[in-house]
Amino acid sequence: MNITSILTKKGTAVFTARPEQTLRDALSLLAQHNIGALVVVDEAGRPVGILSERDIVREAARNEELFGKTVGAIMTRELTLGGPQDDLNSVANVMTARRIRHLPVVDGDRLIGIISIGDVMKAQRDEFQGEVDTLQIQLLKDPADPIRPR
Amino acid sequence: MADATAPLGSPGRPLRVAIVGAGPTGFYAADHLFGQPDLAVEIDMFDRLPTPFGLVRGGVAPDHQKIKTVTAIFDRIAAHPGFRFFGHVELGSDLGVEDLRAHYHQVFYATGAQTDRRMGIPGEDLKGSHPATEFVAWYNGHLDYRDREFDLSVERVAIVGVGNVAIDVARILCRTPEELATTDIADHALAALRRSRIREVYLLGRRGPAQAAFTNPEIAELGELAGADIVVHPDEAKLDDLTHAALEQTPDRATAKKIEILQSYAERQPSGKPRILIVRFLVSPVELRGDDAGKVVAIRLVRNELYATPAGTLQPRATDQYEDLPVGLVFRSVGYHGTPLPGVPFNDSWGVILNENGRVLDPETHQPRLGEYTGGWIKRGPSGVMGTNKPDALETVECMMEDLEAGRTLAPEAEDAEAAEQTIRQRQPLYFSYEDWRKLNELEVARGQAVGRPRVKFTRIDDMLAALGRVQPDSELAGASAG
Repeated sequence: MNITSILTKKGTAVFTARPEQTLRDALSLLAQHNIGALVVVDEAGRPVGILSERDIVREAARNEELFGKTVGAIMTRELTLGGPQDDLNSVANVMTARRIRHLPVVDGDRLIGIISIGDVMKAQRDEFQGEVDTLQIQLLKDPADPIRPR
Repeated sequence: MADATAPLGSPGRPLRVAIVGAGPTGFYAADHLFGQPDLAVEIDMFDRLPTPFGLVRGGVAPDHQKIKTVTAIFDRIAAHPGFRFFGHVELGSDLGVEDLRAHYHQVFYATGAQTDRRMGIPGEDLKGSHPATEFVAWYNGHLDYRDREFDLSVERVAIVGVGNVAIDVARILCRTPEELATTDIADHALAALRRSRIREVYLLGRRGPAQAAFTNPEIAELGELAGADIVVHPDEAKLDDLTHAALEQTPDRATAKKIEILQSYAERQPSGKPRILIVRFLVSPVELRGDDAGKVVAIRLVRNELYATPAGTLQPRATDQYEDLPVGLVFRSVGYHGTPLPGVPFNDSWGVILNENGRVLDPETHQPRLGEYTGGWIKRGPSGVMGTNKPDALETVECMMEDLEAGRTLAPEAEDAEAAEQTIRQRQPLYFSYEDWRKLNELEVARGQAVGRPRVKFTRIDDMLAALGRVQPDSELAGASAG
């Protein structure tokens, strides 16, 4: 399974912010859409950073006046980007190793989606459940079975 | 007649659901719906084919009968009193989305991924170049493909891809007629494969052995074929440095085993079986070459190397080394693509119905469309095994239940099962019921028993109708002579 199999059922909307927007704007976007991170994009729509709940908590702990700060001032600039063809197994390893919870997905320069570690875990769980279920069926001998097992 | 004053989903006024597509996802969705506590639900399941089970009948390889025992589970789901099947009824030509809205509270699209992805290389449309899925549909007796012709008089065949469809095609081409004769392969395919002159079958993987999509049982099976020796080039079975490093960092027993199996094949000497099956890695097709008659004579391959993406996946990248492989037949199996359903929002870039966790979205507002849902490959794309569709269908059914609870359902003008059947009968008088299928199934199994096979499939709709005694077998002829 690859990243595409997650993006296919996430609609097409990716929530983004611009670096010059305020944290107040960013917080209302996070709350309004019930999401944990915003991809920060430049004028051309290219990802330049990510603003996660974690970034905001870190800033809030040292600065009570954070609301007027800009997104660009506290966002994480070191971005790990995924592509639609990336395997979920390697994505899970990279996200775990680098402690990344959200992975923006690009096709070339174009931002096409974002996946969370929760999305990856769910897809892997469904894949394993599916495999177990399929294996069980092959072991199952059902008297109602119209086909004789070979 | 439903009691309009009763709450929706209560015995007096059952929730009416249409499921479009009778493959595994459709049945899993039906099962999840019937399993909801305190919900009265009536399900009408539609399929464009007269027969149910989707890829279990038309996709799963005939020499893999065990997986088909899942149909026993589907039979039990279909035995639920609230279940009806309407086969040979197509969304678009026979019924429209507006008809479904007029008769059901909720509609669930589970039509699968019906077309194959193209390779996008010159020569792809030469004679002798086919989607692997069409060959699969042909040997499995799919009504739309039973008259397809494949030139099996050639000696060499290339199959592009190493996923499970590619592996199935390679195996079927390598099986002996005796082996095939014990399966439920379609009669026309069995007859054609008996005459096959194919000697060499190439499976072409674009990445290395560790990244190949096939499972270990699948690749182990290829090493045990009665009529074909397996060949793997030792230098292609070797692990590259990147893969080696990745496996060191995160060891994976299944991958280690896969490499072990392939390396053991690389050490084997051919034992003189009539066919050889060559599994190649790190090659991609760049062109198909044809003769003057426009028929494939060779496939040009470029050698790939692997590189690591930022997210850690090893992907292929073309080098400047090319080779030409003389082949007379090419099957491509590089992925599938869903086909849009008339009147249903579609996401072209992914080849799926535009959706969020199974709720169909309006393309303008990106808000859910009332009462419309999707599941399976047309929802998430072609990934996973058959069983993956079970949790996938559940995710959608949970959305359906949430929406029902919140009162967000369609408000059909006619809420009863009888009215729906009238409309369907009007549009497609020749529809097939589940009872029809049960009879066809018994007949197929009986025909198989007579010749020591699991079943002998009906592959024409007229034969099915005749077997059910619904029309005279020569009615078409009679009609033609009268005209």
